[in-house]
Amino acid sequence: MQTRVNPTRMELTRLKRQIVTARRGHKLLKDKQDELIKKFIDMVKENKRLREEIERDLEMSFKSFTMARSQMSQEVLEESLMIPSARVNINIAKQNIMSVNVPKIDIHQEEGSNIYSYGFAGTSGELDSAITILSGMLSKMLKLSEIEKACQLMADEIEKTRRRVNALEYVMIPSMEETIKYITMKLDENERGNITRLMKIKEMVMEA
Amino acid sequence: MSMYKIAVVGDKDTVLAFKSLGVDVFPVLNDKQASFTITKLAKESYAVIFVTEQIAKEIPEKISQFRSQMLPAITLIPSNRGTLGIGIGEVKKSVEKAIGADILFRKEGEE
Repeated sequence: MQTRVNPTRMELTRLKRQIVTARRGHKLLKDKQDELIKKFIDMVKENKRLREEIERDLEMSFKSFTMARSQMSQEVLEESLMIPSARVNINIAKQNIMSVNVPKIDIHQEEGSNIYSYGFAGTSGELDSAITILSGMLSKMLKLSEIEKACQLMADEIEKTRRRVNALEYVMIPSMEETIKYITMKLDENERGNITRLMKIKEMVMEA
Repeated sequence: MSMYKIAVVGDKDTVLAFKSLGVDVFPVLNDKQASFTITKLAKESYAVIFVTEQIAKEIPEKISQFRSQMLPAITLIPSNRGTLGIGIGEVKKSVEKAIGADILFRKEGEE
């Protein structure tokens, strides 16, 4: 596929300059894509591992929690958990991985906070263990959030980069090459035509 | 750098367990309410929203709406009725999108 252009020398120089830029851009984007994919694979492996671990642990803690609920009345349980004494905030910093902005989450637990918001007298031990497991998991869960978000954003970026690389590699560059070839041939043809014409004129002048 | 909060959205029984940790919990009853809650939370200073898979199953378009944004990060967690495999499916989707083929999970099957 070639683009319609006037076969002039000016156009040819312009195209030649353009194709150099396109090739350099293609190389850079390709490098970016390779590096992104490398990072992404490492990250997504970690993501998968973490998610499996968390799903397993959460299930365990929910089991304890369900046990606790069966041992206590609904009112007592809700009452025990009604007013949490701990407070968790998070800090979000931006992190740049290969021009992808990903969030970096820092957990910020208030000091001196107690995760057990209830007295131990009226509640069952299962509740304690459920909450202990959960509280230990919170930072891991946040880590999972962070890494999963990063993976999603990187997947988007990889897709975008791949499109650009392919567009350059299979559409832009071949089309430019073809156009350059077309212009060169046309110019050569003109040149030959000119020479023949000159020879013809010379012959006519000689004859006269 | 600023302070953000954590939210857990899900059915009442699941989110109750998270309450004592000091995160904000939002029990929801149906998908409409869940979708509304998530939209509201995303506008406020919630950076991380944990949503149970049971709820996420009903509102997939709401969940994917925030996929390409940096914040909030919506993370699926299993509810107290066990995992549905949606969370890990999302990871798989990312891999397929990025690489074109599912290399992570297939490899495991071959081992």
